[in-house]
Amino acid sequence: MAELIRETWGDPLSMRKAYGEALVELGKTHPQVVVLSADVSNSDHSGMFEAVYPERFFNVGIAEPALVDVAVGLANGGYIPIANTFSFLFATRALEQVRTHLCYGQQNVKLAGAYSGLSDSFDGPTHQSISDIATMRALPNMTVVVPADPLAVKKLLSRVADWQGPVFFRLCRNEVPQIFTDAYAPEIGKGVVLCDGADMAIICCGVMVARSLLAAKQLAAQNIRARVAELHTLKPLDTELVLRCARETRAIVTVEEHSILGGLGGAIAETLVTSDPVPMERVGLADTFAESGPYAELLDKYGLSVSDIVNAAKRAMARK
Amino acid sequence: MAMRVYPYGTKHAPEMIADLSRRAYEFRIQVLQMVYAHQTGHLGGAFSSAEILTALYFHHLRVNPADPNWHDRDRLVFSKGHACAMLYTCLAQRGFFPVEWLMTFRELNSHLQGHPERQKTPGIEVPAGPLGHGLAIGAGMALAARLAKSKRRVYAILGDGEINAGVIWEGALVAAKFQLDNLKVILDYNGVQQTGTTTKVMPTEPIADKWRAFGWHVVEIHGHNVAEILDALDHADEIHGKPVIIVARTTKGKGVSFMENDHYWHGSPPNEKQFQAALGELQEAVARWQN
Repeated sequence: MAELIRETWGDPLSMRKAYGEALVELGKTHPQVVVLSADVSNSDHSGMFEAVYPERFFNVGIAEPALVDVAVGLANGGYIPIANTFSFLFATRALEQVRTHLCYGQQNVKLAGAYSGLSDSFDGPTHQSISDIATMRALPNMTVVVPADPLAVKKLLSRVADWQGPVFFRLCRNEVPQIFTDAYAPEIGKGVVLCDGADMAIICCGVMVARSLLAAKQLAAQNIRARVAELHTLKPLDTELVLRCARETRAIVTVEEHSILGGLGGAIAETLVTSDPVPMERVGLADTFAESGPYAELLDKYGLSVSDIVNAAKRAMARK
Repeated sequence: MAMRVYPYGTKHAPEMIADLSRRAYEFRIQVLQMVYAHQTGHLGGAFSSAEILTALYFHHLRVNPADPNWHDRDRLVFSKGHACAMLYTCLAQRGFFPVEWLMTFRELNSHLQGHPERQKTPGIEVPAGPLGHGLAIGAGMALAARLAKSKRRVYAILGDGEINAGVIWEGALVAAKFQLDNLKVILDYNGVQQTGTTTKVMPTEPIADKWRAFGWHVVEIHGHNVAEILDALDHADEIHGKPVIIVARTTKGKGVSFMENDHYWHGSPPNEKQFQAALGELQEAVARWQN
């Protein structure tokens, strides 16, 4: 279990560059993959695919509804389209297309939502994406996957391509620490216990997995043995793992780079409340827009610091 | 038993034109019965698209009801999904599913949803109802056909109220950019939308100039004249390097005098008296085409 996490974390690497490289790799093994962009391919690095496979890349201009609809048409022809734009635009401007054709129509289109969470930090709240998980998760037939580090981007992207049906693949823009070893072998729909413990459980996703592991270390120094479970797939949710964490630790903290409404915290709360309602705290944005600023400081200011996780763990334990 | 098909390539003889024209009125009667029986559905836009759909399904389209997902089938996206009672009627008569299904339209447990759904209804490519999707989806289908080096063609039938939607024009730009000459749009230009005429609700003229300015090849026809429809479809196949739009000038509620050009009949079902009157007019039209 422990070997999934590197003893010493690797230097921060760009998540978007990892995504671009992963797309190129995917293009080699999956000739049916085509890539679409709403003219942000030098931001999200899907342009790396265009450079290698220009005939399989389509820039539809700044037209997110058409981006999704054109992808639907390509899926109808048997291709596996991966549509690319900023995460919030899929969850807002193109949402009707997503609902009607990907979810209701069950088209095999993958949405790569770039710059999610607060990761487009300097561009500010217009570009940050803090409600996208809640929106996508509520749609029948949608699958929601959130990778935690550059290696996870690469390993999960091919799983996403092979998954039958629509997927929202939520991507961070920035340089984040490399936490996983090559033994990390994520499967869609299956959570991963990264660090065992029985006093409480931290259930986390995305780039907050690294901060959750740091929080577990701080808790260990205070003789609190925290379990850290990564749920890279928010839907379908690994309810078996969630309920096991509840049963075995009796206190849960959820950690996500998203509003505390409707995301990972919402999903876990919905699961626990009908089966095993143990004390639970949610770490995330407190139903507010953020602001412009450096990424790490922004996460800290809006309630996503390591000490926020530590304090939430203690609060949850105190309520046991 | 599926109706006779005049395979693609058949000469447009007067007998064939008359036969298809008569069927369009028979299909109107079927649609009238479906909407009357359940007191729900959309007549006006279904009646305006009768000849267009009949011409496509019984002559022009290369499809195989025995294998609805045949990879190289021509694609038809019926974007004005509310008018689907006519689409369902054509699909049933073409042999995609039993004609008996038609009278279950909009019922609980029916294969025929209020708006098209592909999982439940053979022959449907994509859902429709929320307006505006058909053109951009058609563009994606046309790109897929080109990538696959397939000769299959893509048809999208749009309503004229539908082109109020911004995504229509996004799709129009995309199709022109990629020079999708395997995409052919048919605009059911009946001049009436849900709350009034298009002139009043959202003016669309000059319609041909708009599409030309977007880089499309435009053909304007009388949309209830089967011969003109078939000739325009053939002509569209000869255009290279540009997507084609056939502006089919039609009449909303075509075939029933008191329904024609009246937006009330966009989505209102007839009462018994209206039903009998409409039935009588449509039966007369069928009889006219039989002689």
